[in-house]
Amino acid sequence: MRAFFSSTTSRLVIAVPYLWLLVFFLAPFFIVFKISLSQPAIAMPPYVPVFDFAEGVAGLLRHLAAFSLDNYLWLLGDPLYANAYLSSLVIAAVSTLLALVVGYPIAYGMARAPEGLRPIFLMMVILPFWTSFLIRVYAWIGILKPEGLLNQFLFFLGVIDKPLVILNTTTAIYIGIVYSYLPFMVLPLYASLEKMDYALIEAAQDLGCRPLAAFWKVTVPLSFPGILAGSMLVFIPAVGEFVVPDLLGGSRTLMIGKTLWNEFFSNRDWPVSSAVAIVLLFILVVPMVFFQRAQARARERDN
Amino acid sequence: MESLGSTRRSFAPWTDPDAKPYIRFENVTKRFGDAVAVDDLSLTIYEREFFSLLGASGCGKTTLLRMLGGFEQPTEGRILLDGRDLRGVPPYRRPVNMMFQSYALFPHMTVEANIAFGLKQEGMPKPHIAERVAQMLKLVKMERFARRKPHQLSGGQRQRVALARSLAKRPKVLLLDEPLGALDKKLREETQFELMDLQQDLGLTFIVVTHDQEEAMAMSDRIAVMDTGRIMQVATPAEIYEAPASRFVADFVGSINFFEGVLAGSAGTMTRIRDQSGVEFQISDDANAVTGDTVWLAIRPEKISVTRERPAEADNALDGEVWDIAYLGDVTVYNVKLDDGRIVKASTMNSQRRVEDALTWHDRAWISFSADAGVVLTG
Repeated sequence: MRAFFSSTTSRLVIAVPYLWLLVFFLAPFFIVFKISLSQPAIAMPPYVPVFDFAEGVAGLLRHLAAFSLDNYLWLLGDPLYANAYLSSLVIAAVSTLLALVVGYPIAYGMARAPEGLRPIFLMMVILPFWTSFLIRVYAWIGILKPEGLLNQFLFFLGVIDKPLVILNTTTAIYIGIVYSYLPFMVLPLYASLEKMDYALIEAAQDLGCRPLAAFWKVTVPLSFPGILAGSMLVFIPAVGEFVVPDLLGGSRTLMIGKTLWNEFFSNRDWPVSSAVAIVLLFILVVPMVFFQRAQARARERDN
Repeated sequence: MESLGSTRRSFAPWTDPDAKPYIRFENVTKRFGDAVAVDDLSLTIYEREFFSLLGASGCGKTTLLRMLGGFEQPTEGRILLDGRDLRGVPPYRRPVNMMFQSYALFPHMTVEANIAFGLKQEGMPKPHIAERVAQMLKLVKMERFARRKPHQLSGGQRQRVALARSLAKRPKVLLLDEPLGALDKKLREETQFELMDLQQDLGLTFIVVTHDQEEAMAMSDRIAVMDTGRIMQVATPAEIYEAPASRFVADFVGSINFFEGVLAGSAGTMTRIRDQSGVEFQISDDANAVTGDTVWLAIRPEKISVTRERPAEADNALDGEVWDIAYLGDVTVYNVKLDDGRIVKASTMNSQRRVEDALTWHDRAWISFSADAGVVLTG
């Protein structure tokens, strides 16, 4: 009886997150997927076919027959899309690397700080989240624009004699993405560095490592899970980022998030924008699944 | 001269005035902020010595070890190794290696890689590394576990790997921070002997930090008993046990009975001590006290006999009531309550399986000890 009860309870508990995923992830995914197979139309909603349960099974089958992969072929046919995907991946990868380079020393410093100070540092990392993301990105316009704070400051120092053009360049996008997603890099890194036993570093030094060698041979490998988690958390949203390239990158930057926005709002082409979204999802999910399986296999070999 | 207890081997460079100390702490003080961890401490350790730093947690023993390892710098004073001042020498340039209390095995490396780590670091050619690693694995009997990762090993196995890793570079001095602390009792006893054999065979200097007095007694050539950053006594295990320098040492190592009293006088080799309730003891240890001084007579429980009748030839005897009996198998410990309320601890070897008319709770009994059983302490 008790076993039955506990197994039922545990199933119920497990059911909640599954149900959550089903309702809030899988269902919208299928709706988007369905739209991506439809054709644009000047209608409400702006695509055909639209299911109507009143038409019965026959109507349903007729609509299914109208599905086509035209939108996906369209994406293949126009190099604009391929370029947008590629440049998004490159921008996201470079931003992730930059965030890692900036975030690692921060996380390391936090993890080695006196225990009493750590919560304060953590708070400082999380603090920017308390204001709107949009406002913070807008603030960067004020900093980066030709007559902005950064250029004024550099003028004041006498470092430059004509303003640096940063706004509306890829550099501005890197700055914006690294700034926005830095906490996502710092927090997992901090978590993995903080639980590391400092005696390991001492042991490495005891065995003849200079501090820098000890860092590369012990600290970095042991914080690898944190590096991985942080990089995923930055890379994935950065690929589809729309706000940063739109506000800081100007009109010439090509990122898939912006392309998607244009298709959806400017062209009102729901089917093509849905197809863009689905392809993006697969570009991100497929390598991740392979990666995770490789990791699981490595773990199994370990045990 | 009579010797105190049994000696493990005739190795005693500290008694030789011409012997050159290998490690020398000279007036070393270490402060952390306001806290004094090590307080103006001087100590000499000889080559090939098995030396233990014994004390309760917070007594400064680990700080002392870490200063020798290079992980802490002395606030004052200096540390010399083979005549060379170690000030400013980083851990990676010291000819000492440390076995950490937590073992500090690299979790992302196999047993092999852990042992090879220090050798790779010093640029040893690969075939030599493989040879040395194999040798070390054999030494600690871990050949079968070379490819395992630390998390796949038991506590005892990890301890062995940590030991092998710290020995791999053939350091002149091995520092061991609570090397047996994480092992269970049986394993600890076995490993003690292995450590001793290893130290003998390799001819190394071992410095062990421990809070376990039995461990220190069993393994060491000499023990330094520490308290609040200072050394209370440095001596062989037998001297520490049989001739403690102070009440602190006597009380810290083993169990002991104290009788507080006044030195009443001495005649020849005999000293008379009158204790608080007027009893006079005859003791053949004079300490450095003169008549009228307050002294403490310290006697180990196993040197006191408990009998029903007063033994005829006893130098000292007191009667009381058997208050508590703890049967421990090999020995039985009696707590005898004297008529003035003091409890005296006496232990008896259970050399026979059955004893007729054994003492039991609330029996009247005599405790007695010979004149040379006790030590007279002045502080």
